[in-house]
Amino acid sequence: MSEAVSALSGASYDGIVRVADAGLQGMIQLRGNLGKAAVKNAVTGVTGVDFPAARQANVNGERGILWMSPDELLVLVPYAEATQAVETITMALKKEHHLAADVSDARVMFSLEGEGLREVLAKLTPADMSRAGLPVGEMRRTRLAQVAAGVWLESETSARVIAFRSVAHYVMGLLTHSAQPGSEVGHF
Amino acid sequence: MLILTCPYCGVEADETELSPGGEAHLKRFGPGSSEEEFEGYLFMRENPKGVHFERWRHAYGCGKWFLAARCTMTLEVFGTYPAQTTEPPKKIRDAISAKRPGWSWGDFK
Repeated sequence: MSEAVSALSGASYDGIVRVADAGLQGMIQLRGNLGKAAVKNAVTGVTGVDFPAARQANVNGERGILWMSPDELLVLVPYAEATQAVETITMALKKEHHLAADVSDARVMFSLEGEGLREVLAKLTPADMSRAGLPVGEMRRTRLAQVAAGVWLESETSARVIAFRSVAHYVMGLLTHSAQPGSEVGHF
Repeated sequence: MLILTCPYCGVEADETELSPGGEAHLKRFGPGSSEEEFEGYLFMRENPKGVHFERWRHAYGCGKWFLAARCTMTLEVFGTYPAQTTEPPKKIRDAISAKRPGWSWGDFK
């Protein structure tokens, strides 16, 4: 089998914050009725984290559940386990109307590390990036300049950004530019 | 700048995160309707200076369609509500009446 690589092969940039391609990450898109116990059990079973409330991101290392919309989740598992996890979810939801798709290779994940990450993101998105607007652990789907992205903060100094793989270079360019030394605004 | 709260996911979305969907509460006239009704359904739209009802889609977010009541003159937003409604809910009408007594829009008032 061919060797899997992430979109930017681990490229990184050190500026106001450290921007890096977070590497291979298993991602499973799941659509269905999130109110059903079977759906909750299926995703908590493969990830081992609690089922998220609306707009929450429950993530523990490479495993987690991101609340994307009232009928959509993004399930995070280690890359190597993604195919198996889709099967496990599909089996568990055999009797439920749902869709589970392995989108690991269709997305790119970035990590942002550093004090100024709220500022770096605020320059690119119309979303409120203040501490009140986006608390740690809340998922925000929005746009970065011209492309769709999902953002959540793991802590005040660590954030994750998910975008489509086809725009990985564009998003890396945006984040790199926004994180240039000397471009601090000091708003937050 | 227009900021609408998506009634499905609760996000306060900026206008640029949304896709406009034109006028809300259109009634479809298809096969069997008169030519005047069909023309009205296709082409005739409200164009108010003031209270207006619109469809919006939370395109850069949860992806859901929703409806919004706002003022075209001041950009004031009276409220947003789910798209599965054939007329503005009472809460929205009351909010508009509080700010714009005597308003009317199409058949609603």
